[in-house]
Amino acid sequence: MNYKMMGKFISRILLVEAVFMVPALLISVFNKETKSVVGFVLGIVIILALAGILMLLCGNSPRGFYAREGLVCVGMSWIVMSLLGCLPFIISGEIPNFMDALFETVSGFTTTGATVMSAIEEMPYGILYWRSFTHWLGGMGVLVFVLAISSAGDSKSGYTMHLLRAESPGPKVGKLVPKMKTTAEILYVIYLVLTVLNIMFLLAGGMPVFDAVCTAFGTAGTGGFGIKNDSIAGYSPYIQNVCTVFMLLFGVNFSCYYMLLIRQFKSVWKDEELRFYLGAVLVSIFVIACNIRGLYGTIEETVRHAAFQVASIVTTTGFATTDFDLWPALSKMVLLALMLVGASAGSTGGGFKFARLLLILKSIRRNVRQVLQPQKVQVVRVNGQPVDEKILENTNAYLAIYMIIIVVSCILIAIDGFSITTNISAVIACFNNVGPGFEAVGATCNFAGFGAFSKLVLIIDMLAGRLEIFPIIILFSGAAWRHK
Amino acid sequence: MKIIIAGDGKVGSTLAKQLSAEGYDLTLIDAKSKVLEASEERYDVMAVQGNCATMEVLDNAKVRETDLLIAVTNADEVNLLCCLLAHGMNPKIHTIARVRNPEYTKQVYEMRGLFGISMMINPEGSAALEIERLIKYPGFLKRDTFAKGRVEIVELRIESGSKLCNLALNDLEGVIKCNILVCAVLRDGKAIAPNGFFTLKENDRIFVTASPQNLTILLKNLGIITHRAKLVIICGGGRVSYYLAKALTNSGISVKIIESSKDRCVEIAALLPKADVIYGDASSEFVLESEGIAKCDALVTLTGVDEMNTMISLYGHSCGVPQIITKIARIENSTLLNSLPIGSIISPKALCSNAIVRYVRALRNHTGAARAIHYIADGQAEAIEFYVDENTMHCGEPLKQLHIKKNVLVASITSGFRQTIIPNGDSFFEKGNTVLIVTSAKQVIYSLNDIFE
Repeated sequence: MNYKMMGKFISRILLVEAVFMVPALLISVFNKETKSVVGFVLGIVIILALAGILMLLCGNSPRGFYAREGLVCVGMSWIVMSLLGCLPFIISGEIPNFMDALFETVSGFTTTGATVMSAIEEMPYGILYWRSFTHWLGGMGVLVFVLAISSAGDSKSGYTMHLLRAESPGPKVGKLVPKMKTTAEILYVIYLVLTVLNIMFLLAGGMPVFDAVCTAFGTAGTGGFGIKNDSIAGYSPYIQNVCTVFMLLFGVNFSCYYMLLIRQFKSVWKDEELRFYLGAVLVSIFVIACNIRGLYGTIEETVRHAAFQVASIVTTTGFATTDFDLWPALSKMVLLALMLVGASAGSTGGGFKFARLLLILKSIRRNVRQVLQPQKVQVVRVNGQPVDEKILENTNAYLAIYMIIIVVSCILIAIDGFSITTNISAVIACFNNVGPGFEAVGATCNFAGFGAFSKLVLIIDMLAGRLEIFPIIILFSGAAWRHK
Repeated sequence: MKIIIAGDGKVGSTLAKQLSAEGYDLTLIDAKSKVLEASEERYDVMAVQGNCATMEVLDNAKVRETDLLIAVTNADEVNLLCCLLAHGMNPKIHTIARVRNPEYTKQVYEMRGLFGISMMINPEGSAALEIERLIKYPGFLKRDTFAKGRVEIVELRIESGSKLCNLALNDLEGVIKCNILVCAVLRDGKAIAPNGFFTLKENDRIFVTASPQNLTILLKNLGIITHRAKLVIICGGGRVSYYLAKALTNSGISVKIIESSKDRCVEIAALLPKADVIYGDASSEFVLESEGIAKCDALVTLTGVDEMNTMISLYGHSCGVPQIITKIARIENSTLLNSLPIGSIISPKALCSNAIVRYVRALRNHTGAARAIHYIADGQAEAIEFYVDENTMHCGEPLKQLHIKKNVLVASITSGFRQTIIPNGDSFFEKGNTVLIVTSAKQVIYSLNDIFE
């Protein structure tokens, strides 16, 4: 285990975190919020001090950074980042309870958007900004960001591949261009441009600047922290529609945007995952719109609410324009199914990913055919390319672990005595980084009712869901820490 | 610069390591996804799986935007076809093909013109050439030539009882009575850039710059006998042996090849009428002794198994063979080998990838580019030859006034009048000179101006 190299990497992540706290500090200073100014200043000082200590301790690190170090490094960085990211909440006294503050921060970084706060509008601006910004940073991944800005001297070896692979979602992670640094840069530039576009569209609808920026952060990271108690419901229909479109855009695999940039329109048009994703979205909107007709005044309003909720749930954002807990059972089931699937691979969304579902469906079809024609040799293809058997195997294993984690978490949080629907939807909403669930954790409620132990379980679920299970699970496995 | 490497074998991955460290955009093509995965994890490269001699795969690797294609799969025909296709799809591309079959290498010049192949490289051929040079000029472990043969860097091992043992470098000139420069010392596997107070010890390997005349004086004064080799024993009858035996017999040196396969013996005996081909197991002491290992002037072990080569060379050393050359394929394991008395180590694959890296660097920067690059001290240091042109800074200023980077040494300055000087603080270079720089391999020096702070 190369602890020094890991320490070096984590110290860099802490530096990035400290730097990104500065805008929040400035906003607090500007709005004369004394408590949060103290929170951010102390937070930044503590983070910088820790980063400095780590840097001093891990000055001359030996080379040798392999898959194991990569995975552990990703898991550790996210935990450390979350532990320190909650400092402003605690020090400023906004969320005095440590577990609550940690829940809120992890929920931010993992782009879940599940909150323990009930009176959001009373929070200071600086804290609200930091809360939304954690979505933006966590959406594309902070390690990818470090890869994009770190000096070329570090990206010479391929170890960075493990970091990208561990932090970017999807069954098969590849680079866009030969160099890791350039790949990370391209991803962040696309992300940044889409975010800025989103802000501009929101401003055009007459949204205040602070609201637009925070909402765009929540949309870009597919997070879902709002700055209003009623999420997006209070804004105009135009703003709601802008949110719907941008949520869907951020749920698309980012390599599709790169393909558009290098003018390979055909491969984007033919992309099976994109078609599957958009098809599922359209069908769900149609089904839900039919199902909830009559609840709202006009057809326009019905379709707008249906589309917004579907986009919000499928991309695992978690914004709401209406309380979908009041919808009929069919609509709620469709939403629950979408929660499980999540967005596309290589997007900022969470969940099981459409790419994996596609692989699972295709391999099920193959197994069925195998029964009918046992002699036939069949190859699973996606986008015309044969899929490696190893990837299919991994996807099946992933599905199994995914289900096991959901069941175990449901059992663990059941000690708080909520209903079965609440427990299942709370776990799914956290594990898939959606945010709101149903009943006691529905769109208008929050997670404050859970006990400290349940919150810890949900925190681990959120991290495991964001990092696609393995980087977090590996931290609990002895084999990763054993010296060899 | 964008580079495609077709074939992710030993040479391919060595190149990937070297070139990705220098910051090029690399794409690897191979038919096996296993090896590609391994390379992708170790180096910062992109991998494309498939047959590199198909247009589809080349297209996937974005050959149309690539500056250089290096085809180093194990099949000559695939390499050539790959280069031809790439050149057809992108006429501006430079292509390098590894071609081993002598029938193809013969037509290298024609193929260059017809199909735009920029360079053909034959690892076994260049290894044979290297061994031949070592045999013809014994006494050195390794020998690299610069400035059209006017400067050489040679590697020497300090034996116990040598005049150089326990000698400080400041006193060097008094002992050997000629002007040489020790530019690097390899002690316990670590390269050291020595200063004047550095004391040489037994078993150090030193890298010396000098003109060829001074080298002869050096050998004479050190008491290293340079007599011409008359009988060379080659163990193993592979391709390198063939090229080597052919070259040696042509210059009048007797050659014995010991090969353990009867069919191959017949084959090479037919190809090499002047060489003695012995059918026998070269790893058996009896065979070696009966073929006169005690009396031969040089022993070259070229079997396909590294371990066997090492064993035979060790045995040769115990019999007192004056010069031993050992072929090692897996050069990455050479740390241990350097402590063994097995003479010079030759690796055809490392030679091949070094030659390609040299080409790539020259391609990168046409003006002020390095003319030749050689790796010395187990690849921990490199010697680079530059031409001083109008863009070079600090022409005519004495070296002691220049701020030159740490671990960079100006090893020699050759002017147009066939004069090579080993520089001191008062020396300077001028336009038209050729300068030899020795630097640690971690520093990447692309042009002469890079050596200044």
